[in-house]
Amino acid sequence: MKKIRTKQEYVEWTQKIAPKTHKLKNMIMAFITGGIICTIGQVILSLLVKAGMVKEDAASLTTLLMIFLGAFLTGINVYDDIGRIGGAGAAIPVTGFANSIVSPAMEYKKEGYIMGVGAKMFLIAGPVLVYGIVASIAAGILYYIFTINV
Amino acid sequence: MGTRLGKQTLRLDSHPVIQAWASIAGAKEGNGPMGRYFDEVIQDEYFGEKSFEKAESKLIRETLAKILMKGNVSAGDIQYIFAGDLLNQCIAASYGVRESEIPFFGLYGACSTMAESMILGSLMVEGGFAERTVCITSSHFCSAEKQFRFPLEFGNQRPPTSQWTVTGSGGVLVGNSGSGPRIVHVTTGKIVDMGITDANDMGSAMAPAACDTITAHFTETGLAHDYYDMVITGDLGIHGKNICKQLLEENGILIQEILEDCGTMIYDTEVQKTNCGGSGCACSAVILAGYLLDKLSKKELNKILLVCTGALHSPSSIQQGESIPAIAHAVGIEMIS
Repeated sequence: MKKIRTKQEYVEWTQKIAPKTHKLKNMIMAFITGGIICTIGQVILSLLVKAGMVKEDAASLTTLLMIFLGAFLTGINVYDDIGRIGGAGAAIPVTGFANSIVSPAMEYKKEGYIMGVGAKMFLIAGPVLVYGIVASIAAGILYYIFTINV
Repeated sequence: MGTRLGKQTLRLDSHPVIQAWASIAGAKEGNGPMGRYFDEVIQDEYFGEKSFEKAESKLIRETLAKILMKGNVSAGDIQYIFAGDLLNQCIAASYGVRESEIPFFGLYGACSTMAESMILGSLMVEGGFAERTVCITSSHFCSAEKQFRFPLEFGNQRPPTSQWTVTGSGGVLVGNSGSGPRIVHVTTGKIVDMGITDANDMGSAMAPAACDTITAHFTETGLAHDYYDMVITGDLGIHGKNICKQLLEENGILIQEILEDCGTMIYDTEVQKTNCGGSGCACSAVILAGYLLDKLSKKELNKILLVCTGALHSPSSIQQGESIPAIAHAVGIEMIS
């Protein structure tokens, strides 16, 4: 009766019988949540343009307003619920980025403004910033090389 | 003096008595199916303190005060306190017992700490080195999330195999006299690591350890598989319990009918959205000090084997690609007339 499993067999077996994520449901919820957030952004942008703002300026202000919205909803304990329901639909828009910075800042405030808020603020967003900046430098260098050759 | 029955199991011939017990739990636990068994349910996750860590220390402090009150003893009557929690450097325990002036052993056995502390506490009594010891643990959802996972307000999704850390504290007063449930056997676990690397699937990581300890307990004591009214694991959760059941069956330990898990009992997992159930040191501690000892003292249960399970990883070890070492300690508690 005793069954001897290797570690690999054990890991594979437990994964096979583990409760699974509802992929389709999660995708639909992400689509709806992300769609709503983007629609709100589009409404703000259209209103600003209609009010007479230049399109580039209106786009920048829209981004700022969406970041504020994400930070505000995090501060009043709402964005974690949106994230739980919407998954990537709530994480990928700029509101999710704001959430990833404000949430550790709130959590670590107890450790003070220097070693708490200041040091831990980029706990989650840090890698995105580091590799985003590295990628933009690489893109800039490539752009420079190709424009010289042309 | 106790008798060694095997590599891991000891029989305590003086049968140390669990003289008193107390539990405090959080609001979510209070709203769960076990809510009415706790001595106190706190509604404020800060428990009137300024941080979650301070709140957790206060949980230990208040639970200790309740245990002393219910046992009708003062701190000076306790020779040793064994306490532990999930935080770095076990600060909830050390700050929680700071003012008590009881000689203190700080323990880290992750979620197995309740059984670990009871084994050590009862051995001190059995050996005649203490008249009374206190064994106590705590965990707090908010401080554990901060320690092991993401900030509370971060909008992430919890995987279906994840568990919810119980907010609360539970403890017992073990002494050499009086009446009450008695500790008869203790089985110390050894580390079992089956290669699970997913920190969101601790049930799979801990189930082999629970199976190993339960198998050792029955083999070394020679007890019949139906000897206990209930064999109750600490926090395997729904997934881990299923695995453990199957592993035990494969080992020829036929206790499937009486196998329970504190992690699956503490929440209404569907309604309270806790995925696979509860976890944390307090999971088994509040179920023991709330539900189980209550049932034993009313003779609704007569013999139980509490098997607290712990995953001994840290966020750093997981990030470095290490697998999760797991442990389970067992305490056989019986009503002896």
